[in-house]
Amino acid sequence: MSLPKATELPIGAVIPEPGSTRRNLTAGWRTLRPVIHDDRCIRCQLCWLYCPEGTIVERKGVFQVGNRTYDVKYEIVYDYCKGCGICANECPTKAIEMVPETP
Amino acid sequence: MKVYFRTLKDLPREELFAPGHRMCAGCGAAIAMRWITKTIGPNAIIANATGCVEVTTTPYPETAWMHPYIHVAFENAAAVASGVEAAIKTLKRKGMWDAGDTKVVVIAGDGGTYDIGLQSLSGMLERRHGVLYILYDNEAYMNTGIQRSGSTPKYAWTTTTPVGTAVRGKIQWKKDIMGIVMAHRVPYAATASIAYILDMVNKIKTALEYTEEGPTFLHIYAPCVPGWRYPENKTVEIARLAVETGYFPLYEWDHGKLRLNPPSNNHLDKTKRKPLKEFLKLQGRFAHLTDEEIAELEEELDAYWQYLAKLQTL
Amino acid sequence: MIQIQKTRRVEALTGNYAAAYAVKAADVDVIAVYPITPQTTIVEKLSEFVANGELNAELIHVESEHSALSAVVGASAAGARVFTATSSQGLELAHEILHIASAMRLPIVMAVPTRAISAPISIHNDYSDVMNARDTGWVIYIAASAQEVYDTIIQAYRVAETVNLPVMVAYDGFLISHTVEPVELNNEEEVRRFLPRSVRPYTLNPKRPVTMGPLASPDWYYEFKYQQVLAMKEAYKVVKDVDALYGEKFGRSYGVVETYKMEDAEYAIVTYGGAAFGNAKAAVDIARERGIAAGVVRVRLYRPFPTMDVLKVLEGVKALAVLDRAIMFGSPAEGPLYKDIATAMFMHGVDKPAVNVIHGIGQRTMYVEDMYKIYTMLRENPRKEVVFMGVRV
Repeated sequence: MSLPKATELPIGAVIPEPGSTRRNLTAGWRTLRPVIHDDRCIRCQLCWLYCPEGTIVERKGVFQVGNRTYDVKYEIVYDYCKGCGICANECPTKAIEMVPETP
Repeated sequence: MKVYFRTLKDLPREELFAPGHRMCAGCGAAIAMRWITKTIGPNAIIANATGCVEVTTTPYPETAWMHPYIHVAFENAAAVASGVEAAIKTLKRKGMWDAGDTKVVVIAGDGGTYDIGLQSLSGMLERRHGVLYILYDNEAYMNTGIQRSGSTPKYAWTTTTPVGTAVRGKIQWKKDIMGIVMAHRVPYAATASIAYILDMVNKIKTALEYTEEGPTFLHIYAPCVPGWRYPENKTVEIARLAVETGYFPLYEWDHGKLRLNPPSNNHLDKTKRKPLKEFLKLQGRFAHLTDEEIAELEEELDAYWQYLAKLQTL
Repeated sequence: MIQIQKTRRVEALTGNYAAAYAVKAADVDVIAVYPITPQTTIVEKLSEFVANGELNAELIHVESEHSALSAVVGASAAGARVFTATSSQGLELAHEILHIASAMRLPIVMAVPTRAISAPISIHNDYSDVMNARDTGWVIYIAASAQEVYDTIIQAYRVAETVNLPVMVAYDGFLISHTVEPVELNNEEEVRRFLPRSVRPYTLNPKRPVTMGPLASPDWYYEFKYQQVLAMKEAYKVVKDVDALYGEKFGRSYGVVETYKMEDAEYAIVTYGGAAFGNAKAAVDIARERGIAAGVVRVRLYRPFPTMDVLKVLEGVKALAVLDRAIMFGSPAEGPLYKDIATAMFMHGVDKPAVNVIHGIGQRTMYVEDMYKIYTMLRENPRKEVVFMGVRV
């Protein structure tokens, strides 16, 4: 694969595509992966709030957890999770477990 | 501050800072960037100084920024932003600006603000440009591998203030950047911590609105995993302890009145602050501190709180 | 209500004021203002224009020249037409940003009334400041009269906005910047028609967000620098075209090289700037009276270097002297223009005796008599050597 020539690139090293780091999956950085145990999750949103990558997303819907019904669920998009564990550290009910990537 | 967001549910959901950037796992500045970009909204231009954020978010040909963004050099983000602000003003006057009420925001680290960038910051504040200057403070020149800056606290280990038998960490105290900014009589300046997101985003939005009147300044405390030497899952915890121990008080300077924000508004009473040791002991850069040195830091902290108390009465 | 001057008229102006009038005619949007001798009167005049409602521009009274150039970089990136001016120490302080401005391909125009660099501190004229910036990727003109300063700054905006490179217009500090000459000012409406607002390839605008100034790894950096090389080559053609078009519209054009009595000259001085060129012309007349076929060449476009034009005018010459007003310490020959000409000659198989005369350092007076002596030296002892003239050794 050859890279573009000088005459093919935008001048002045301008990057015209906003958010193009999305092409770079940082999943390979982690050694631990966070797993959200839905039965313990109280939808406090702190994991979504504090994720440095912004890779925890909010899903709207109807979610039955035991005898509780929620209208949101928080899911980790593992493509970009670097496994820092802040989500697990901040979770007030310890619903997030850091599990090794390789057993 | 004006309260734009009351609860977490009011916070904007759309991510305006793309993942895939090269910031460390657990980076405090990354959390700051996510919330800054969300809060300032799409109609803003960002001027960034050289540093961790700049280098990890713009590796050609990729960029994490969804905003129009410019990086020029290390010491001149405020000067560049002054130019952008003046351009928008003139182009609007000549009927040549098609993007409406575009805000100008500077994002710079402590190296690019306390030290090399101090001159251009002061010039921008003195000229009263309508720019929001956001300082993300990780207390050293982190991008070049953890060297001390004017923002590094006393006794902290860095590679240029290592701990040995003759010298034990940084000799000088941390510079009071908020004092310097307040001396410029800006309409609004505030401190914030990435652990207190609601407080931080309300301040960002307040500061942004106040740019109608003049320059505004935000000092955001952003812990650094490799620089402060702690496991990467503790970033938010450390940023919270910084406030709870009174080490990094949350306050705002709003049109000449100082106001402490919760929980710092309770911390004038020393007994309500957690012991400083709880903040220090989690960080490897302070691991060498003796009890006498900690006592010295606590004494200086008390003196700083007394100064804040006096400032509040003005 | 902004008042625009709609007629042509002749005014007695200093070189600096001529620059200010040109900037006013060009409908500049943002000007960074910082004082340094001998440039200060440009920004003073511009401040007056703004205060009188004659110029609709934002003045940024920056706190240093580094910030001056940084501010116009930011303003230009946002799409504004910008101007700043500096000299000597100010140009040195801004040096870091010179490279960045050209690499970011911003059409900035900057006036540089030239001045010697410290130490020792000197406010007087020589070309060490501009010569120190010659490799920074800026298009560089060296003007020789107040009228030329006025015309060149207007041309500079069109060149800058066509090739997306910043342009420096240099001229003698004090000797041109502060001396009064008649300057014909154009009808400003016509100037604005000559300088239409171009559609810039990229600007900072929330409607079309881009990232400017990224980090480039070894896999990418070189290509952007090569883009600048190509842009400089294109600039050579654009400078000529714009100058010709300006001549058609306003009746004055200069070319990239100016000559005096070179048609049949056997001995030539090649130089730059008003004082050197002016005195050399006077020396040519004396030399010719005394039977020496003398001529002078003035290089007006310094970067990109007009190699073929310079070689062409020197074709019939037996021996030449390159009169430089800057010292590049430790070089094989200390004069910057001499180095460019020697390289040009070498690369094109031209082998002639060429002396590098260094004179006028720190505004040391370059007497007409000295220039005449150069011609007699070329006739009696043509060689390849550096001669420091006018210094007490």
